Amino acid sequence: MSDIPNELRYSASHEWARLEADGTVSVGISDHAQAALGDVVYVELPDVGLEFEAGQPAGVVESVKAASDIYSPLSGKVIAINDALTDNPELVNASPYESWFFRIKPANPAELEALLDAAAYQAACTADA
Amino acid sequence: MGQRTPLFDQHLAFGAKMVDFGGWDMPLHYGSQVEEHHQVRRDCGVFDVSHMTILDISGPQAKVWLQYLLANDVARLSFNGKALYSAMLNEAGGVIDDLIVYLTETGYRMVVNAATRDKDLAWLNAQTAGFEVSLVQRTDLTMLAVQGPQARAKVAGLVSSARAALIDSLKPFQGLPEGDWFIARTGYTGEDGLEIMLPSAEASRFFNELVGIGIAPIGLGARDTLRLEAGMNLYGQDMSESVSPLAANMGWTIAWEPAERNFIGRAALEAQRHQTDLPKLVGLVLEERGVLRAHQLVKVAGIGEGEITSGTFSPTLGKSVAMARVPAGTADRAEVEIRGKCYPVRVVQPTFVRHGKILV
Repeated sequence: MSDIPNELRYSASHEWARLEADGTVSVGISDHAQAALGDVVYVELPDVGLEFEAGQPAGVVESVKAASDIYSPLSGKVIAINDALTDNPELVNASPYESWFFRIKPANPAELEALLDAAAYQAACTADA
Repeated sequence: MGQRTPLFDQHLAFGAKMVDFGGWDMPLHYGSQVEEHHQVRRDCGVFDVSHMTILDISGPQAKVWLQYLLANDVARLSFNGKALYSAMLNEAGGVIDDLIVYLTETGYRMVVNAATRDKDLAWLNAQTAGFEVSLVQRTDLTMLAVQGPQARAKVAGLVSSARAALIDSLKPFQGLPEGDWFIARTGYTGEDGLEIMLPSAEASRFFNELVGIGIAPIGLGARDTLRLEAGMNLYGQDMSESVSPLAANMGWTIAWEPAERNFIGRAALEAQRHQTDLPKLVGLVLEERGVLRAHQLVKVAGIGEGEITSGTFSPTLGKSVAMARVPAGTADRAEVEIRGKCYPVRVVQPTFVRHGKILV
């Protein structure tokens, strides 16, 4: 059973989104995703300043097993990226919910509500299995 | 559900993520294959390799038969327990399997791959026609490998004094019996270590004892990254029935002398031996971020194209390495196409690490 924190939102493509106090949204990949990928060896982060539509590929996570695109769960502009993951990609496996890939200034905060809540994401993962 | 080794329940108890390998349910890893890889290079680890096939060969014509069957020559086995690595070829000179043969008191012992078991047994049995030789498949034995610089010392500390003395005496690539165990100084990691064949009834307990003294269980994920770093081929990826051993970095395993020794595939190989345009199996190192993977296209400027046969992230180098079949004239640079973009790679000998030392 993978860990699915209640306070986060999720996409069907296994990204999590966390609304921060300043209105920005941090994005990472779920425990389910990191377990499926195996040991992460490289992450490719987007450039700061890039703008994405919800559902657009925004980065890559490469594991010993395969390379997977990371999709932005929301529309918006990248305002920060997590360089710690570039040097220590294994953090994605060790602590997936602390290992944010990038932070977005959302273009449309209502999009957050359209994402899956923990229960819905849990159901989606179970259906996948 | 695939076939299961005697250690299946223990793998689950140790937290293994199980996968299918050649029809067997095997542990891919027990948490982190990268960590398991480092364990073996720095200390030691234990692998369940009991899916592999153990055959005992005996009879008045055992030697003559093996000299006909194999591309390497068992006449080179000059003392009890000495082993060699060989290709087993078909008439067209393609590789049916790669294997290890040990000289024993009663004849020979051969270990062949798990995924090719049925094919190999059918071929071997058919080839015995006209020879006074008998083959016994040792389904009563289980094989464990303990590999790494501390492997022999740690195992010797655990077993009886007779077995400890035997372990101490073993030369590299030698295997000897002690009671109903057979202990060999062979392996698939490029480190020192042992492959131990013991009665299946004793395997679970011994595996527990090894783990109990702190020897980490190691899964197939790390097994693959270790062998690739060590430049060891994986049958079905780096070579197959349509590939000549000469195009698979196995030329050194062919015993051409004595010239009078006829072995299956010799005629085809003799014809290839003098070809200047046979492809070769080389090593590739990707200096930048990314992972080389099997089947990616290799481009060699002005020469032609090749293909990666095995690729992975190398934990010891901290970058990606691969084995690739490329045109004969390939020098020291090439490019690999990864997800539509070309990346430069260094072309090197296909052995990257040996005894923990980076060679490239």
